[in-house]
Amino acid sequence: MKPTSAARAPAASAVRLRVRRIALRAAHLVSVLLLVTLAGAGLASLLPGSPGEEILGPAASDEDIATLNARYGFDRPLPVQYLHWLGNALTGNLGVSIQTDQPVTEILAQRLPVTLELTVLALALSLLVAVPLAVYAASRENGAFDRVVSGCASALMSVPVFVLGVLLVYVLAVLTRWFPVTGWVPLSQGLAANLHYAFMPVLALSLGEFPAFYRLLRSDVIATLKEDFVQTATVRGLPRRYILLRHVLRPSSFSLVTVAAVAFGRLLAGSVVVESLFALPGLGNLMLQSVPAKDLPVIQGVVVLVASAYVLINALVDAGYGLLDPRVRA
Amino acid sequence: MATAAPQPVVRAGASLRSRRLVLVLAVGWIAALVLLALLADVLPLPGTDKPVGAARTPPFSATGPWLGTDGIGRDMASRLVFGVRISMMVSLGATAIALVLGVVLGLLSAYLKGPIEAAINIMTDVMLSFPPLLLLLALATVVRPGVGTLIVSLGLLFAPPFARITRASALVQLERDYITAARSLGAGHLRILFRELLPNCIQPVISYAVVVIALVIVIEGSLSFLGVGVPPPAPSWGGMIAAGKERLDGAPYLVVMPSLMIFLTVFAFNTVGDKLRRRASHGRSDA
Repeated sequence: MKPTSAARAPAASAVRLRVRRIALRAAHLVSVLLLVTLAGAGLASLLPGSPGEEILGPAASDEDIATLNARYGFDRPLPVQYLHWLGNALTGNLGVSIQTDQPVTEILAQRLPVTLELTVLALALSLLVAVPLAVYAASRENGAFDRVVSGCASALMSVPVFVLGVLLVYVLAVLTRWFPVTGWVPLSQGLAANLHYAFMPVLALSLGEFPAFYRLLRSDVIATLKEDFVQTATVRGLPRRYILLRHVLRPSSFSLVTVAAVAFGRLLAGSVVVESLFALPGLGNLMLQSVPAKDLPVIQGVVVLVASAYVLINALVDAGYGLLDPRVRA
Repeated sequence: MATAAPQPVVRAGASLRSRRLVLVLAVGWIAALVLLALLADVLPLPGTDKPVGAARTPPFSATGPWLGTDGIGRDMASRLVFGVRISMMVSLGATAIALVLGVVLGLLSAYLKGPIEAAINIMTDVMLSFPPLLLLLALATVVRPGVGTLIVSLGLLFAPPFARITRASALVQLERDYITAARSLGAGHLRILFRELLPNCIQPVISYAVVVIALVIVIEGSLSFLGVGVPPPAPSWGGMIAAGKERLDGAPYLVVMPSLMIFLTVFAFNTVGDKLRRRASHGRSDA
């Protein structure tokens, strides 16, 4: 090892450092995932009585309660319950719903596409609107356009999604009758019908996300515009539009990417409000229907699915940051 | 570009002035809300639970109560005002719990090295990996909904971000000379933590707290809208909107009034929070 060139030694240690960092991050990720699932499994033990008593109500006989507890494993101690659940979960079995006896994975597979479609469309729409508006507003900071749009964004930021949703229902469904008040048509029955039903919920969600994206990108673009290389490009006589799109947008969008990824995870859970308002058959409504019935396996399934997605997305963003920003590459 | 240079300065001045006006209005609105919440019992209001007239009387009608009545004839003004009280109790209470808990955990995790630090950090990460709304819905399965449970669960839920912010600024402060000086003068751990470190870390925490108040108002509203927050008959803005949305065609004012209350309140807190944050970052750049 000694005779190798001195230049290779630091390279090797850099690789080792990188492997070590990735291993540490993976260990952290796994422990967070384990704790997230443990919290999901531990939900039942927070109930004041046994799950059987809570689900069947005060009129149920002791035998029925004991049967239900035994059937779903609620009578076993928490660590045993958790390990059992984890073992099954790793083989793709999340148990069965107490209400319908349907496997939880099957129910989740039915509901996930709706929520995923809402989330993806809402994220795309809000970015599509926020990016050009933010770049343009930032390029004329404190101009009339900037002040009007920034004012609207600040105001919009203070309108909760459920208020936005009800407002949209009033304007687009009750007053004008352009869109249906509630309901859902799956994508398999035609794109036009699907989008007709998806439009209002998606609009409500994206209006909710838009202000954060807009404000963040606007202030980052303003900061980037003060950098030397922008001055250089301007002095070289490059067109303003070219500078904004080719020189400024990319270095200004790093925090936006992070925030958008976090928003994706938040929307997965946050769509519950529009799903309830527009009666959409997604994960959120599933959760909402399972809460009063205390359908613990289903609730556990949704919580673990959404929380793991949230954790994984954040980890991916952390890992992918270097691809986007060469300056943070180790 | 050169010819346009003086113009933005004038505009910035104008926008600064209008921003100041908005800020004054926001502070005024918050003060009014706090007063309403405190004085709700002594105000001449007919009460929130008994019908006082015909259902869905529009506001400002000649005969009915001045803000009209809700879907089953209860006085709208009373319900809005007592809604202020619930909203303020939940948001201020939860934020206070989150702030105290988060600051203590954040200071400890910055100050103590080793296993306690690691444990606090991993707990923070786990809590932050649940979208808040999802966790609260899951909690609604196992605990009875109510103002008390909302305050406690939202307080616990928002403690981790406070812990992170406190930890971040505490780690910077711990490097400073005044900590070393305090230590060599023989100050105990508690003194260093709460008399030296805390006052120097608190500014970003306070400006974040104001934003959290707004967030909690929105989350409480969402939960009540979904029927798992403040249980009816207690008047909560979110619950009022949920009830009113069934009558959008004939009586949109049932939804408009509570919506306006939520909007103005959240906007006021966001405005104040923005101002505090801007001041905090300016302060740092001046130093």
